[in-house]
Amino acid sequence: MNTPVFASSRRKQKRAYAVMLIIGMLVFITFVISMNTGHIRLTVMEVFKTLFGMGTDRQWLILYEFRLPRIVISVLVGAALAVSGAILQGISRNALADPGILGINAGAGLMVMLFVFLNPVTTAAPVYMLPVLALFGSGFAAFLIYILSYKKHEGISPTRLVLSGIGVSAGISSAMIVLTLKLDPDKYHFVATWLAGSIWGTNWKFVSALLPWVIILLPFVFYKARVLNVLNLGEQTSVGLGASVKKEQLWLLAAAVGLAGSAVSVSGGIGFVGLIAPHLARRLVGPRHELLLPTAALTGSLLLIAADTIGRSIFQPMEIPVGIVVAVIGAPYFLYLLARTKG
Amino acid sequence: MSVTNSKIQSSGHFRTRPVAASFIMFGGIIALLLAIAVSVSFGAADIDIFTVWEAIFNFNPAMTPHQVIQELRLPRILGSALVGACFAVSGAIMQGMTRNPLADSGLLGLNAGAGLMLAVCYAFIPGLPYFGIIAFSFVGAAIGAVLVFGIGSLAKGGLTPVRLVLAGVAVSALLVALSEGIALYYRIGQDLAFWYAGGAAGTRWMHLKVMFPLIGAALLAAMIISRNITMLSLGEEVAVGLGQRTKLIKTVAIIIVLILAGTAVSVVGAVSFVGLIVPHLTRYLVGVDYRFIIPCSAILGSLLVVLADLTARMINPPHEFPIGAIIALIGVPFFLYLARKERRGL
Repeated sequence: MNTPVFASSRRKQKRAYAVMLIIGMLVFITFVISMNTGHIRLTVMEVFKTLFGMGTDRQWLILYEFRLPRIVISVLVGAALAVSGAILQGISRNALADPGILGINAGAGLMVMLFVFLNPVTTAAPVYMLPVLALFGSGFAAFLIYILSYKKHEGISPTRLVLSGIGVSAGISSAMIVLTLKLDPDKYHFVATWLAGSIWGTNWKFVSALLPWVIILLPFVFYKARVLNVLNLGEQTSVGLGASVKKEQLWLLAAAVGLAGSAVSVSGGIGFVGLIAPHLARRLVGPRHELLLPTAALTGSLLLIAADTIGRSIFQPMEIPVGIVVAVIGAPYFLYLLARTKG
Repeated sequence: MSVTNSKIQSSGHFRTRPVAASFIMFGGIIALLLAIAVSVSFGAADIDIFTVWEAIFNFNPAMTPHQVIQELRLPRILGSALVGACFAVSGAIMQGMTRNPLADSGLLGLNAGAGLMLAVCYAFIPGLPYFGIIAFSFVGAAIGAVLVFGIGSLAKGGLTPVRLVLAGVAVSALLVALSEGIALYYRIGQDLAFWYAGGAAGTRWMHLKVMFPLIGAALLAAMIISRNITMLSLGEEVAVGLGQRTKLIKTVAIIIVLILAGTAVSVVGAVSFVGLIVPHLTRYLVGVDYRFIIPCSAILGSLLVVLADLTARMINPPHEFPIGAIIALIGVPFFLYLARKERRGL
């Protein structure tokens, strides 16, 4: 058993676990830092005290009502988008695939824009309506793309899926451009901030809306990691290896839509995490999905939680949309990895 | 020979259709000329085709319709034709070179770079004349491309298609995020949206004079390397095996794409969809040989943008509809139809 191949693969596996452990610890550290960053600073000790129910009422309010839900949401959203992206890249075997190609961002964006466009007031109502609308929009776009790329007897081919995705997203985006030009400046600013991606839910309700999706779908996808490995070899090879390709593709696609759609509905259009987190993970632990998927989830969480912390602390009291910060910190690191690693 | 030929044809992967290609080139040019003629005569002020003829070949500066045609309509229409060809050809080259159906010229960071420079212009130097804006956005496009190309080739093992595409995505995302940040902070997002929506209304003879030699040379160069692009589109190993100097070809191809798309983006804005769909459309019609794809893409791209420009002016005169939206309106259904029939590789 001790052939060099096995030894090297075992070493890789060990390395991958180390990478995951490090990223996990980084997530935790950022979590703590994020909790004591903000308009009112709390020390690390105060944070821990409050967490275990020994802080003052005011500290409890700040932590449990404002900061914690937001942090939990960024962790969940990051993981969901990253895994969704990893699935899509695996199925379509296209390095450029991300949740955006399922029209999820575009569909959600259009619904939000339409809502703001048609509604005279932009005050209390949208905050609770938006996630529902966004989820509806992204689900509809994904459904449309699925219908368009489905063929009797052939099912859906990845190429057709990608192409239909481009087409539908392009159509929706141009509809949005037309609306953009007609919005009045204040409404436009609101929509633009949403589209750039910001964590909406500073509220436990949003957490409870998002959590079931993540809790059910993430383990399901991890369980299907081996299937993704096979699908990644191409359709003919996977059929040859005995996978029921059509069925597996459909399940995984549905999981990807569920994860990304629910994430986008609370976070706005953060497309970049879904694209880049799987690539970062692939460069860190290699292409095997058993290792890749959890690493991608952790990387996504780390990116988003760090970006959110930076976004709300750097220009206080103004907040920078988290989508922008993710790109500004994620892209250079990704480029660095790209230049350093082979293949 | 005929047996192998029919085998290759039936496999559906490597078919070429020279007859269809020559038909498209011939018919396309006629359709393009017709479209240009119609487009020149329609507009907010209706001018009959005879006056158009007079205005072009027998120009009389005292007559207002002649002025309208010479100074406003002709340059913008010729401009849109050129721009359409630019986007389509640069998209075709990018897709062939990177072997990725999602690739277009925007991937080189051109659109994002130009957009960032534009955001900087609007935020810090308001009231910059139109020509200055064009110059700035061209510089931005070049910066974007240099970043993508530079970082892509820094890597160990050189510039592979996958790496180029990934570097393009990351650099674009970074530049877009920066311009979004500027736009949100200075509240100039809507002004930028006009640019993203695209429009050829501002094109003048002066721009055409600058554009034409650049674009002409680049299109010619694209034709010259079209054979090599076909080989690259079969895969890097195949291309090397067939004796191609892939590094040289890729560099030349990227410079061509930069010139074509950079000029086009700076004149009409990020009408990215043309570069994405026209090559697919052409490939479907004429097969996989880039000697046919490149000229046919140029013609079909011109036709699409000229028609879109005409429609944009006709919908609600004298207001103009964003040209990007029109192109999507014409292009998306057709593209989806083709995607359904999709059976080939790149």
